[in-house]
Amino acid sequence: MAKEPVAVVGIGQTRHVAARRDVSLAGLVREAAQRALQDAELTWTDIDAVVIGKAPDFFEGVMMPELYLADALGAVGKPMLRVHTAGSVGGSTALVAANLIAARVHGTVLTLAFEKQSESNAMWALSLPVPFQQPLLAGAGGFFAPHIRAYMRRTGAPDTVGSLVAYKDRRNALKNPYAHLHETDITLEKVQSSPMLWDPIRYSETCPSSDGACAMILTGRAGAARSPRPPAWVHGGAMRSEPTLFAGKDCVSPQAGKDCAADVYRQAGITDPRREIDAVEMYVPFSWYEPMWLENLGFAAAGEGWKLTESGVTELDGDLPVNPSGGVLSTNPIGASGMLRFAEAALQVRGEAGAHQVPGARMALGHAYGGGSQFFAMWLVGAEPPPGAGEAPSG
Amino acid sequence: MHEARRDRTGEVTRKAVHGTARDRTREVAIVAFAQTDHRRRTDDLSEVEMLMPVLHDVLGTTGLKTADIGFTCSGSSDYLAGRAFSFTMALDGVGAHPPISESHVEMDGAWALYEAWVKLLTGETDTALVYAYGKSSPGEVRAVLTRQLDPYYLAPLWPDSVALAALQAQALIDAGDADEPTLAAVAARSRADAAANPHAQLSGPVPAGDHLVRPLRPGDCPPIGDGAAAVILAAGDRARELCERPAWIRGMDHRIEAHGLGVRDLTDSPSTRLAAERAGAFVPPVDLAELHAPFTSQEIVLRKALKLDGDVLVNPSGGALAANPLMAAGLIRLGEAAARIHRGASHRALAHATSGPCLQQNLVAVLEGEVSHG
Repeated sequence: MAKEPVAVVGIGQTRHVAARRDVSLAGLVREAAQRALQDAELTWTDIDAVVIGKAPDFFEGVMMPELYLADALGAVGKPMLRVHTAGSVGGSTALVAANLIAARVHGTVLTLAFEKQSESNAMWALSLPVPFQQPLLAGAGGFFAPHIRAYMRRTGAPDTVGSLVAYKDRRNALKNPYAHLHETDITLEKVQSSPMLWDPIRYSETCPSSDGACAMILTGRAGAARSPRPPAWVHGGAMRSEPTLFAGKDCVSPQAGKDCAADVYRQAGITDPRREIDAVEMYVPFSWYEPMWLENLGFAAAGEGWKLTESGVTELDGDLPVNPSGGVLSTNPIGASGMLRFAEAALQVRGEAGAHQVPGARMALGHAYGGGSQFFAMWLVGAEPPPGAGEAPSG
Repeated sequence: MHEARRDRTGEVTRKAVHGTARDRTREVAIVAFAQTDHRRRTDDLSEVEMLMPVLHDVLGTTGLKTADIGFTCSGSSDYLAGRAFSFTMALDGVGAHPPISESHVEMDGAWALYEAWVKLLTGETDTALVYAYGKSSPGEVRAVLTRQLDPYYLAPLWPDSVALAALQAQALIDAGDADEPTLAAVAARSRADAAANPHAQLSGPVPAGDHLVRPLRPGDCPPIGDGAAAVILAAGDRARELCERPAWIRGMDHRIEAHGLGVRDLTDSPSTRLAAERAGAFVPPVDLAELHAPFTSQEIVLRKALKLDGDVLVNPSGGALAANPLMAAGLIRLGEAAARIHRGASHRALAHATSGPCLQQNLVAVLEGEVSHG
């Protein structure tokens, strides 16, 4: 029996800021969920199930917060699933929700991811005590900086590339009213002269800590037919994981990322991602991950990713815009960051991305990664239904 | 408020009727189950070391290797481990290279099994590995579980898990649904049944003891312990290849209730009843029920919600009163029920898992030992 095609018919997000002191955790998630429902012109009673994700419970100090959030998300009397796959969780959560539709277990599902980082300090929450982690390995930047240096050495990339990415993403964020950082006075020189945090990562090349939530309404063919606005159709989705550390691991371009992308492209019939994909929302928490992931995702040959970035191809007006929304570098409610990538990809193919719309985007990739570059989640969404989606179910 | 909720629940039920379970052509079964011996503490083992033998065991039963598994999903909680991202290390035990298709729920492993079941229903893969683990010994679990509660109004008061269960037990007694001897009988039966379960942490006579939190005595409460469990799921003919008598999942559903205890009737479990209806638990009747009832009083609540009469064998494993490794105890209910079907000791079984204070969230699966003629 063929799977039910999955459509995104509602997208909502909060305005992301460093601290949302005006709302509780429940208020924050409800805001995003209500915006998604409004976008889909649906009500809480139209929702059959809720799939929620976030990064570690330690961030807000609430164990299994879905229990407490059930009421705020209209889940009482309904199924509620809680996904946690580290930084990739926002993407994984959307994929788990999509499978509920694809398997015809439910007709319409609300999926949501959030983080309220102001209720904790993520930097130190991610600095695990000895002996769980080696000393002097503070925060995510401490973990990823050596891998970035390895990339630079391996490819011979000039050390100017990272700042180009940060400068681009922060300018894109100025066009996105929901983005956390709106640095109206940003210049390339300011990025390049910002303090060095974890060599080679400078302050302006890191993601902020944000409060925020993102929600989507997923549905099947019948739900899509009733959608008041153009749906985004899921053409492929996949997750891949590999261990944190092992002798054969390529920390610069992990095999799990390559395999995940290959699976998504296979599902969507993509043979030349560089030409067939119009916009990419990729998980870039530190600027150098743009060229690194361009290679990992097959948009550039090994060692060539930085050249794409340097040539301006990934700018909003380039022919492969990367992170038109401003990306994780401009907005990072960790648990929601992956779902924001998935949702922004969907906004692009719906033609509803506003000032950061890529003209004529028909196929877009949403990408997320987490842990020690070990968890990957991706989806490809298109403006048209996938082939065969218009046919009646065979089984 | 109550009326509105009932209406909404009713609507969900109606939607279910014209729906899903009968339309699905893909059959999925539990084909293997393994668990640790559950122990009060495992200071000598890391989580990965605790998990490894179980993974080897469950894979060995089917002859499958990690690379043969189409999808892997796990359930655990960072709050038990006392560190963020504890599941990333557990993945090392699976041997996830070449990379695997994998996901994780920060819930009991029963919900990981649900996610895997849905994945198999999409037809994308034919096999799934599900595992769950929890070590309660490093912390004070009664205090840790208070962190599950509404963080603004309730958690700051630190009401512990036994105290909340005692509220539920007292409500049950006040409603005339139970008295202390009834509770004690549940404890005695569970401990006696556990004598035949080599994995159980507690078995034999219930020790006498004063109230821990009135009306609950130590025997009414689950042991605190460490443990892990794993299950393999397979679809269609693949299941028949891997298992002589697969435990077919005829239906599975889960529902959540309001978080605030003050807006719930603690003597009832409407979410369990609704999940059971959706899973098809009532027609035809089941012969066995593995209930995830960590407290004696909760078994009474669940029996009522599930309309279990004296003909149904309940918790022959001893249940969560004999071994309650958090995050794995629900998955073990599914595994125990499936194992009895594998052995031919049950025909049609119900397995239940719970999460949250006072049975807030509940999952019900119906397992059957024969191919359906539908």
